[in-house]
Amino acid sequence: MSAVTTPARGRFRDFLGSNRGREAIEAYILILPTIIGLIVFTASPVLASLYYSFTRWNLLSTPKWQAFDNYIELLTEDPLFWITIKNTGFYVLGTVPTGTVLALMLAIALNQKIRFVAVFRTIYFLPVVSSVVAISVLWLWLYQSDFGLVNELLRFLGFRGVRWLSSVTWAMPAIIIMSIWHGLGYNIVIFIAGLQGIPQDYYEAATVDGANSWHKFVNITIPLLSPVTFFVLTLSVINSFQVFAQAYVMTRGGPVNATKTIVYYLFQQGFENFHMGYASALAYVLFVIIVSLTLFQFWFQKRWVHYEL
Amino acid sequence: MSAQDATPIGETSTTAMPGVTTAAPDGLTTYRILYITGRVLLYSVLAIVGLTMLLPLLWMISTSLKEPGEVLLLPPKWISVPLQWGNYPKLFDVLPFDLFLLNSIRIAVFATVGSLLSCSMAAFAFARMRFPGRNVIFAIILATMMIPFHVTLIPLFKLYRDIGWLGTHLPLTVPFFFGTAFGIFLMRQFYLTIPQELVEAARIDGCNFIQIYYRIFLPLSKPALATLGIFTFLGSWNNLMGPLIFLTKVETMTITLGLTLLTNQAGGRWELIQAGAVISILPIIVMFFIGQEHFIQGIARTGIKG
Repeated sequence: MSAVTTPARGRFRDFLGSNRGREAIEAYILILPTIIGLIVFTASPVLASLYYSFTRWNLLSTPKWQAFDNYIELLTEDPLFWITIKNTGFYVLGTVPTGTVLALMLAIALNQKIRFVAVFRTIYFLPVVSSVVAISVLWLWLYQSDFGLVNELLRFLGFRGVRWLSSVTWAMPAIIIMSIWHGLGYNIVIFIAGLQGIPQDYYEAATVDGANSWHKFVNITIPLLSPVTFFVLTLSVINSFQVFAQAYVMTRGGPVNATKTIVYYLFQQGFENFHMGYASALAYVLFVIIVSLTLFQFWFQKRWVHYEL
Repeated sequence: MSAQDATPIGETSTTAMPGVTTAAPDGLTTYRILYITGRVLLYSVLAIVGLTMLLPLLWMISTSLKEPGEVLLLPPKWISVPLQWGNYPKLFDVLPFDLFLLNSIRIAVFATVGSLLSCSMAAFAFARMRFPGRNVIFAIILATMMIPFHVTLIPLFKLYRDIGWLGTHLPLTVPFFFGTAFGIFLMRQFYLTIPQELVEAARIDGCNFIQIYYRIFLPLSKPALATLGIFTFLGSWNNLMGPLIFLTKVETMTITLGLTLLTNQAGGRWELIQAGAVISILPIIVMFFIGQEHFIQGIARTGIKG
């Protein structure tokens, strides 16, 4: 070993010849496709789109540097941007809390040693495997003003029908209701798994101590389920900020931009108007929103997520 | 607040205890009545939610089997006599739904094979091998899960245009051969549960790590592979944004994208549109019924480990 003139190179060669060195080489062979993918399909595009966000570019010409113009226009001169932020925020606040609470309640109900659990679970799960596009096409028909089943039901119950998707007031709530319906089964399955992971001993001990169901729910179920709740919330927020297909299929962002979301606007700017620089800036704003919300959730979880009692 | 909530379980319960134990002898019947009412309520709620989930899907099938005139009947009619099975062949005259189906299957199969291969390879290295940079690289891969697909969309569009992939299925399949963060994470979690003794024994028998990967770990990880396969297939089948951006010709489109086209072209022909929706989800629903346990366990597993 010491005979080699450059010690660093010698040590490297020894490392390669050793067991650990061979292990490392084999490991790099196994992760090579992933590393290439990380560079080609993730890292470079992420950096490239950061660059494009500072340019004016219609895909045909070469990108023209214009510093912060896109961001300044977005944040100060483009009313549509703020409308899409508001709409997306409305969608997230409309779907995530309601969807999570409903899923938790139904998971608890399904976890009560009842019959036909598998049947219920299967039925609840059917919408989840169906594509958002197919579900949107179905609900487009259900929400139809004159012949749709939803208004038919409302009229049957003595209410007046609503022009769901052509109404500025009701279009977004319509999409929210449909999305909760679509995603409910997914969160139910996660919550059931979480509930079954809580050791029965806690409940037995509490029963011996005379705790009623409510006490057990508040003092055992809620805290011990909090890591799962945290997971569900984080994932739901990340996903629902990227809502697109519903608006694309059902409303094309309308009526009067009432359902235009950030990603829908990005799609329009980029792939209908070919404002690639502007669309990249929009993508980065979305990126920053998602990352900061995720980091906030990770920071905030310390205050409410329990990993043990 | 949280610490206070968590610790005094014993305390609050012991104070509550006398109230419960001193319940009158007829407390038993009261308890039974409460129990039965609770059960009835429970089943009612579950059934109502079940109907809410099921009825729209049944309505989709019902509409797809109606005559055009029957679709707009009030009050609505659930079963058309005779059932209009002819709506389904008609669909293939409007748009090449046979091609859409084939395209979707082809893309989903390639994407699935690619992600099973690349993710299991990388996951094995991250779970069971030691090499410089392992933890950093794995952390970076996990962090990429936060990146919205849309951030990479425009540069990828340019890349695919420059290398002539636009309008082909390559942008929707090739990237899967280079690993996905979710898949690597899922497989790694599974590989961590396989006993280390197996690795040691194989090492003593003279196997190198790549042999250990494909002779021992790959066959042992069938449940995890099934889960990842189902997720990838489903994600590929249901994807809208990718096909919408990267596929330009009608003959190359997937069934999910084709369905949006049908909705525009067959405006008002609800029986055809719903037939298209049924066809687009039917293969997935069949798959779901066959591999239901893998679906459910897969979601449960990712949820808990996350």
